[in-house]
Amino acid sequence: MSFLRSLSLNSVGQRVAGSRGANGDSQSKPPRYSAGGLFVKGARNQPWPRVWREVPLQKSYDVVIVGGGVHGLACAYYLATNHGITNVAVLDKAYLGSGGSGRNTAIVRSNYLTPEGVAFYDRSLTLYNTMSVDLNLNVMFSERGHMTLAHTDGALRTMRWRAEVNKLQDIDSSVIDPQEVKKLAPSLDVSDHARYPILGALYHPPGGTIRHDAVVWGYARGADHRGVEMHQKTEVLDILVEGGEGRDGKGAGGKVTGVRTNRGDISAPIVVNCTAGWATLISDMAGVKLPISTRPLQAAVTEPVKVFLPTVVVSGSLHVYVSQTDRGELVFGASVDPFNTYNIRGSLEFTEELAGHVLELMPGISRMRLLRQWSGLCDMTPDYSPVMGFTPVDGFLCDVGWGTYGFKAGPVSGEQMAETIATGQTAKLIEPFKLSRFATGELVGEKGAAAVGH
Amino acid sequence: MLLVPCPNCGPRNASDLRYVGEAGPRPDPNTATEAEWRSYLYIEDNPAGLLRETWYCRAGCRRYFVAERDTTSNEFVNSPLPGNKIGGKA
Ligand SMILES: [Zn+2]
Repeated sequence: MSFLRSLSLNSVGQRVAGSRGANGDSQSKPPRYSAGGLFVKGARNQPWPRVWREVPLQKSYDVVIVGGGVHGLACAYYLATNHGITNVAVLDKAYLGSGGSGRNTAIVRSNYLTPEGVAFYDRSLTLYNTMSVDLNLNVMFSERGHMTLAHTDGALRTMRWRAEVNKLQDIDSSVIDPQEVKKLAPSLDVSDHARYPILGALYHPPGGTIRHDAVVWGYARGADHRGVEMHQKTEVLDILVEGGEGRDGKGAGGKVTGVRTNRGDISAPIVVNCTAGWATLISDMAGVKLPISTRPLQAAVTEPVKVFLPTVVVSGSLHVYVSQTDRGELVFGASVDPFNTYNIRGSLEFTEELAGHVLELMPGISRMRLLRQWSGLCDMTPDYSPVMGFTPVDGFLCDVGWGTYGFKAGPVSGEQMAETIATGQTAKLIEPFKLSRFATGELVGEKGAAAVGH
Repeated sequence: MLLVPCPNCGPRNASDLRYVGEAGPRPDPNTATEAEWRSYLYIEDNPAGLLRETWYCRAGCRRYFVAERDTTSNEFVNSPLPGNKIGGKA
C-alpha cells in the first residue's frame, strides 16, 4: 500500500493545479449555511447555490467509495480535509442518505461496555459536538442525556459494570435510582407495582439526538467544497479485481482495479465498501466473504405533542427506545426482526408489541396516535461490532457490519477509515474491528450495544 | 408478519418458531481445521434471493426443519418436508 503516500501528494498537486474542486481550497471551511445568507441572495435576486455540485462521472479516481451515507461521506470528507486526497468519488445507487443514515432514530451516546467500544464511540461524540462549527451547518445536536432503564437485578448489575468501565475512561456515566429517573423523565411509571418495575438507570448526560439528514448533507457539502464528487443513482454492479485465488481472479490475494457501475466502468486503486444492508452483496463482488447477516429494524413516530420527555429513554428488557423530537413527535425504535431478510416492509406485530412496551413505561400516552412506521436494514455481526479496514483483497476496504449503531459511529469511522486509506496502516481505534478477528477468534463482544438494538 | 410453513404443523406465525440460521453442512469437529470451524461459525452467505434456512418450531411440534425463502420478498418457495428435506414448488 506504499503508493498511497505518493497518491496523497499527487492529489494535492492536482488540486493546486486547479484541475478540480468546487472552490479549490482544502483548508477553508465550507461557507456558512445560514438563513441570513438565503435572505440576502433572495433580496438581491442572486442564485442560491446547490448544496453539492452535480458533475459528469470521470473514468478514474484515486478512491471510490461505495455508499453515500454518513460513513461514506464522512470518509470522503476526512480524506480531503485531513489528508488532502480529493480525487474521490462517492457512489450511491439511490440518493445520498437514503439508507440507514435517513432511517435511524438519530441517537448518539458513548456509554458502551468494552474499552474498545467506549474509546471509539467517545471519539465520535467529540466529533459530533463540534460538527456544526466544523461543517458550518447546523446539525441540531441536542445533548439531552441518555437513560438506559434497568428492570431486573441482573440488568442493574450490568449497568454498574458499564458505569465503572465508562468512568475509568472519563465518560460521564453513572447509575441513578428510580427517584432520580422520575425527576429526569416525569412521565415514566417508576412505581413498584409495574409489570416491569424501574429499579434504576444508567444515566449518560453527554448522549442525545442529532438531525441525521443534516449530518449527511453537512458532510456532503464539506466534501464537495474540497473537490470530492458525489454521484447519486450510480449503482455498483461489480468490483473489478485481478490476480485473486477465487473465480474470475477475485478473492484473497487479488488487487482491486475499479468498479463497474450502471453508468460505465471506473478505474480506481482503492474501493471502500461503506454500505449497510447490502454490505455482503458488495463484498461478494470482490470475492470477500463477511460474517454478516442482514436484518431489518423497524421504527415509528407519533403525532406531535407538547414536549414532555427531556431525555432519551431506553429499555433493554422491553426492547424499546424513545426520544421526543423538537417538533414534539415521539420517535420509537425496537430491536431487529428475528430472521434474515432484505425486505423492509413493516409489520403489524411490531406496532402492537412496541405500543404495549411503550405503555408499560408511560401509561399516560395510551391515546396517542402513531403517524408512520418504517424500517431500515442492519448488518449484524456475531460480536455486535463492525468490520473495518483492510480485507484479503488489496485495495478493497470495508466499513461495514454496523448493526443497529452505525449512525452514532459515522464521524469517527470516516475519520479512522480516511487515516487507514491515506497511511496504508490500520488506524489504532479500528484495529480491534478488523475482519481477520473472525479467523483468529479474537471477537470483541460489545454487549453494551447488544442490550437493545439501536 | 411471517407465516412459516412447518412441515408438521402447517403455516405458523414466525413468533411461534425460532430462526436458527443458514442451513448448511457442519464440518466434522474431529477433522476440521480451526479456520474451517470458525468459517462455519461466523461467515454467512446472506444472499438477496433464495436462502436455505433452519427453523425450530418451538411452540408447535418442537422439531427442526429446513425451509427455502426468498429474502427479498419473504415468500417461502419450496415447501419443507419432515427431516431436513425440501419438496417441489409450494
Ligand atoms: Zn411444527
